[in-house]
Amino acid sequence: MEAVSTKEKNQASFSPETMAEIQRLLPRFPEGRQKSALLRILHLVQEENDGWLSTAVMDRVAEILNIQPIEVYEVATFYTMYNLKPVGKYLLEVCHTGPCAIEGAERLLEYLKQKLAIGIGETTTDGLFTLKTVECMGACGYAPMMQVGEFYHEHLTEAKIDRFLEDCRAGKVALGTWKLG
Amino acid sequence: MSRKLLLEHAEIPGITTYEVYRRQGGYRAVEKALKEMTPESVLDEVKISGLRGRGGAGFPTGMKWSFLAKPEGIPRYLLCNADESEPGTFKDRLLMERLPHLLIEGMIASAYALGCRTAYIYIRGEYKWIVKTLERAIAEAYANGWLGERILGTDFSFDLHVTPGAGAYICGEETALIESLEGKRGNPRLKPPFPAVSGLWNSPTLVNNVESLCAVVPIVNEGGEAFSAIGIGRSTGTKLISACGNINKPGVYEIELGLPVEEFIYSDEYCGGIKNGKQLKAVVPGGSSVPILPAHLILKTAAGEDRLMSYESLAEGGFVSGSMLGSGGFIVYDEDQCIVRNTWNFSRFYHHESCGQCSPCREGTGWLEKVLHRLEHGHGRMHDIDLLVDISKKIEGNTICPLGDAAAWPVASAVRHFRDEFEWHVREPQLSQQRNFGLAREAVAV
Ligand SMILES: Cc1cc2nc3c(=O)[nH]c(=O)nc-3n(C[C@H](O)[C@H](O)[C@H](O)COP(=O)(O)O)c2cc1C
Ligand code: SF4
Ligand code: FES
Repeated sequence: MEAVSTKEKNQASFSPETMAEIQRLLPRFPEGRQKSALLRILHLVQEENDGWLSTAVMDRVAEILNIQPIEVYEVATFYTMYNLKPVGKYLLEVCHTGPCAIEGAERLLEYLKQKLAIGIGETTTDGLFTLKTVECMGACGYAPMMQVGEFYHEHLTEAKIDRFLEDCRAGKVALGTWKLG
Repeated sequence: MSRKLLLEHAEIPGITTYEVYRRQGGYRAVEKALKEMTPESVLDEVKISGLRGRGGAGFPTGMKWSFLAKPEGIPRYLLCNADESEPGTFKDRLLMERLPHLLIEGMIASAYALGCRTAYIYIRGEYKWIVKTLERAIAEAYANGWLGERILGTDFSFDLHVTPGAGAYICGEETALIESLEGKRGNPRLKPPFPAVSGLWNSPTLVNNVESLCAVVPIVNEGGEAFSAIGIGRSTGTKLISACGNINKPGVYEIELGLPVEEFIYSDEYCGGIKNGKQLKAVVPGGSSVPILPAHLILKTAAGEDRLMSYESLAEGGFVSGSMLGSGGFIVYDEDQCIVRNTWNFSRFYHHESCGQCSPCREGTGWLEKVLHRLEHGHGRMHDIDLLVDISKKIEGNTICPLGDAAAWPVASAVRHFRDEFEWHVREPQLSQQRNFGLAREAVAV
């Protein structure tokens, strides 16, 4: 994990909507077991923090749940959906497990790499796209696929990718939210 | 046309809403269970049905339920395993997307039988939109009195919540799921104690797959006997099969257990045959963790009998010539697919997903991946093939949880059935980079 400056530390604060959402989640677990809400809370605050978890954000979550920061870091580093570095506005998560590989996931990844001029794990200089590989997403029959925000894009082709990237650039792509509202 | 017990109403417009679901006879199972049956008699029907866990292991659900410890004054928990991360498996997703109320109904009836006051659906975080589908349905169920205090005016009260994971295959293993639900890393626990005695927050806990819990609805409605009349032998009822790979019609099919594999692959009602008129090369019938079988062994057993879609028939021959029904993730490979590459891909998956607690799994999956990478990319040596078998044996049975076995079996079975293809990669390093081995028979002529 990256070192943070003391300036950044503990300065994270969340919007009233996020705080309300957190308060709505806590009573789902018995008294004293509120740590169970941690995974969901991290999804929420990651969404609010431009798609990644900074140390300051994680420390604030620890405060809210009244647990040690290390308990939050342990979780944040274990699960692949949490990003510990800044990511682009559109995080393209391409599945490359067996069934998707049969249907050309690797070719598609190469295409995306070339088209965006980035490698896996990298972000375009305009900050719009980050490319990431993920393991089986439960869409094997509709392969190849990628997830962007809340949505699965299935039966992908190069033409569909082209159109999708254009829509992103034109700001026409919704990402969805963890908030129930 | 085979009978549909779970997906019968899946295509009805608006079936995700309470009104439409109720109009189709939804929540009858809850009415029947709570008003006409005791918890024990619900459990008995599940036992009589012969239902076996649909999550992968196929353990009899009724027996599993009867193991749940019932100490006085300690809450018990029911957990729905909606982690669905086994490569090739995408059936629970369909159930939850289309029939969220079926799952809720099944969970109410199950919780009643088990005496659970609270339950959680643990769903993989990537299924973010389904979290919302389920939460909308749960809100409707509360609003209509099917959840909450004193349901239907009885003494039975029950709360149900959804809670997401965040990307980790291992959280499908039940003790890892429990750890994750407690807000921790998904490290599987040492057993014993088993969750049935000490699980979530040290309370007796029962973990069942989405499909298993949905199946409780037809079992309560029509009786365990009716359920067990469908299927074959100890493989009773229907099973959802998610079919993918080189077939004409990938998708989720509800089959009556006992359907011949050949019919499943070639009939237009199901997979519709191999795509582009190609030949069948191999099948992984139950998700990436189960042994791969070459065409001749998936269509017929070693004894020459028709292979059936059932727990017993798919396992016939043990690991020498059989496989497993597993989660129902049915992956079909045509003649153009490279077994070495596919095996490498899966071993990369297991290495990536190993939680890292036990060295045979953590190190072994890494070794498997490296050796397979070498073989696939034309740098392999002949003894690497036996090295793979050796590593698999050292992982198998030596780990805290079955992920180790799940990583070892696909490799061991690929080498067992396709050794000639592995050897060809070593003998023809250049050629193997340009084209595939194809079907073994054809390769002999090369
Ligand atoms: C590595 C691993 C991953 C698993 N993943 C899942 C899963 O995604 N969904 C599931 O229902 N069961 C999964 N299981 C099986 C569960 O541990 C458990 O047996 C199952 O949820 C029990 O439910 P059932 O009896 O209704 O099948 C997995 C097991 C292992 C070892
Ligand atoms: S077998 Fe693998 S996944 Fe399971 S506990 Fe051990 S290291 Fe973790
Ligand atoms: S392999 Fe890509 S979704 Fe399953």
